[in-house]
Amino acid sequence: MATATIETRLHRLWETPNGLYGFLASTDHKAVGRRYLVTAFVFLAAGGVEAMVMRAQLIKPANHLLSPEAYNQLFTMHGMTMIFWYASPILSGISNYFFPLWIGARDFAFPRLNMFSYWTYLMSGVVLYTGYIAGVAPDRGWFNYTPLAGPLYSPGLNENFYCIALLLLTVSTTVGAINFIVTAFKLRAPGMSVGRMPLALYGTLTASFANVFALPSLSVSLTYLYLEHRFGLHFFDVAAGGRPLLWQHLFWIFAHPWVYIIILPALSFVSMIVPTFSRRPIIGYTWNALGVVATGVLGFGVWVHHMFATGLPPMAMSFFMAGSMAVVLPSAISIFVWLVTIWHGRPVMSTAMLFVFGFIFLFVIGGVDGVFTGSIPADWQVTDTYFVVSHIHYVLIGINVFPILAAFYYWLPKITGRLMSERLGKWNFWVMFIGMNVAFFPMHNLGLLGMPRRIYTYQAGLGWTATNVVVSIGAYVFALGVLLFVLNFFWSLIDGPVAGPNPWDSASLEWATSSPPPPYNFAVIPTVRSRDPLWEERLGLGKRSEVFEGPVISDEEKVTMGTTPLDGMPQQVMRFPEDSVYPFLTALSLAAICYGLILGLWGLALGGAVFAFFFVTGWLWYAPQPVEV
Amino acid sequence: MATTIVQPGGTPPAITLPVNGRPHHTAGWWGMVLLICTEAALFVFLLFSYFYLDAQNTTWPPPGPPDITLAVINTILLVVSSVPARLGMKSIRRDSRGGLSVCIIVTMLMGIAFLIIEAIEWSQKTFTPQTDAYSSLFFTITGFHYAHVTVGLLMLLVILLRNRAGHFNARRHLAVENTMLYWHFVGVVWLFVFTTFYITPHWWR
Repeated sequence: MATATIETRLHRLWETPNGLYGFLASTDHKAVGRRYLVTAFVFLAAGGVEAMVMRAQLIKPANHLLSPEAYNQLFTMHGMTMIFWYASPILSGISNYFFPLWIGARDFAFPRLNMFSYWTYLMSGVVLYTGYIAGVAPDRGWFNYTPLAGPLYSPGLNENFYCIALLLLTVSTTVGAINFIVTAFKLRAPGMSVGRMPLALYGTLTASFANVFALPSLSVSLTYLYLEHRFGLHFFDVAAGGRPLLWQHLFWIFAHPWVYIIILPALSFVSMIVPTFSRRPIIGYTWNALGVVATGVLGFGVWVHHMFATGLPPMAMSFFMAGSMAVVLPSAISIFVWLVTIWHGRPVMSTAMLFVFGFIFLFVIGGVDGVFTGSIPADWQVTDTYFVVSHIHYVLIGINVFPILAAFYYWLPKITGRLMSERLGKWNFWVMFIGMNVAFFPMHNLGLLGMPRRIYTYQAGLGWTATNVVVSIGAYVFALGVLLFVLNFFWSLIDGPVAGPNPWDSASLEWATSSPPPPYNFAVIPTVRSRDPLWEERLGLGKRSEVFEGPVISDEEKVTMGTTPLDGMPQQVMRFPEDSVYPFLTALSLAAICYGLILGLWGLALGGAVFAFFFVTGWLWYAPQPVEV
Repeated sequence: MATTIVQPGGTPPAITLPVNGRPHHTAGWWGMVLLICTEAALFVFLLFSYFYLDAQNTTWPPPGPPDITLAVINTILLVVSSVPARLGMKSIRRDSRGGLSVCIIVTMLMGIAFLIIEAIEWSQKTFTPQTDAYSSLFFTITGFHYAHVTVGLLMLLVILLRNRAGHFNARRHLAVENTMLYWHFVGVVWLFVFTTFYITPHWWR
């Protein structure tokens, strides 16, 4: 068989048609990944602009740039946008693009569900920002405590937008998580046993399992709050036998695992980048993998540390304090694994690697002030002050944004086919790193001086003024750093050097195909017989894996190899569905339901539900395919 | 049996693999299992709220322990409805499409009866969802379960129509396996809802 003809035929089989139909109906995971990345970056920009406006308001005492009401909506939208609509979706974007490439598959286990996940994510963001444009955005903070967020103190549509937009997002995240799990366990290339999986899979898998088990808690609390607002039910209302703390329990049972959901995939991306730029395989692969999983498991047992100041029994709180301290151990394992790998390697100081070093630095600071806030006496001093604001930003920017920037410098050349400028990249890193620390380190001090979080302004003479100026300047410098990244990205599209299949000389499968990869990913399904399939010969293992020769399986039907969950032995041939507009139409119906529920237009909600039923039925209506015997 | 020849380019001899394998090896079956995991977690958190407020209130449930007659009938109905569901799956494994249709219809009738009896029970309650926290939880949690039974019935309806369209045979009937698995789950989760709302108030007081 001449491979050229096979590649042409595979291309014709897998490519997405042009035009509007192709755009709406495509199920290509690379298209889904690109859209996730772009959309999440737009939300990052929106949240960033909100932060800039907040810092303009706080730059001097007794400032009246914003009204208290506008400020409340602003900080709530900033928190929700960054935590829910940026931090997790951007990781999904990278994982959506690279998951099948990491494991040597042609697409996800459920390509249509994958596209559905993207469309619902987009629509949930549209629903949320509709509220902002209409002036009724959520305004009680991203964790939205009752009774302040209850119907008595928060009349109006604001809370309806909060509940329903987030509920739609949980649908998107849940189906995405299920897709990741099934793909990781069923579609790995033959020979890729769990002990040979790229480490990036462990972070995304752990986060996906956490999503499956933690998101329902958010759904329950959102449903309760929505029913209180719309139908006058009682869950959090003491007079009727409810308890406000029920909200806090349900919310944090979800939201602490969520912290790990938005950092563990990023940590595991770092575990892919460090070996490449240390020029050696990672040391302590098993420890790192188990550390990530252990962090995810422990993450379910620490939620009460967000509630130390609520008057719970000290005995109960002590257990959660101990649990919170225990998380230090697996996270420290990860850090030592990277440091030892770098120590024993020959590190190349690329921009991606600089971001990794920056991340390790910020992770340690964020981790150490996490030890402060995780111990009950210190927490009572600093809770609800800028100390906590500083901690959350060290953790989320340090462990989410910096690794993602590292991942962008590392993997975007695979997506665009063009390298970004290393010179501009180093400027990008240092401006962001300095801006980050200037903005957020002094906030610790503000917190210790007693400045509460979420106040729209403050009086002069409290000793906060100078520090707030420094913080605002740091925030603007940080934003400038993000702009440098955007500049570098567009420069690379126009004038960047061609990347080639493997610009960093890495070891994993995604670098074995062209940049950008063809619609079918790999011409042949690779066979994997080590952890570093592209480095085997130089590691003295001899040639074990077969990356460029192997089974095509079929160039007439969209199929891939299905393997056994643990050992990765060939088990079956899996068929893929054709492109379809049903995922888009179903997501559109769900958005109609959401608007109906928010505005109380029951006809719209019911109509959306009926349409959703018919679209899902059409989606799943497979006529039997002819099978050759 | 549907097969595709796979030719690994190297040392192992060419092997033959089934297309889409056995039902429990397919991605679709794994997807349904994970959906059930997340739905089960949903009910865990719903019932957690119930027990949390139970522990926090001195009088619980405020109207006194509920009458269990209709709920017991419903429990028997839903648990027994798993039997025709199971038989339907066995029929299609033996390639009996008629048997599958009959079993789906019987399962659906039992499910519909469940919904009617549940609605009767709701209408007999002396409280409304707005009365207090207990009544809100009662209607919300049984309402969640009601919605799950309704979705299960819609799934049964779709596989009934697909069966009539000739989509299933002894080898290809993953949608049937998945729907029946979901139906069993709806029955099992009701046992937990039933125990929580109808047994524990009698048992603990």
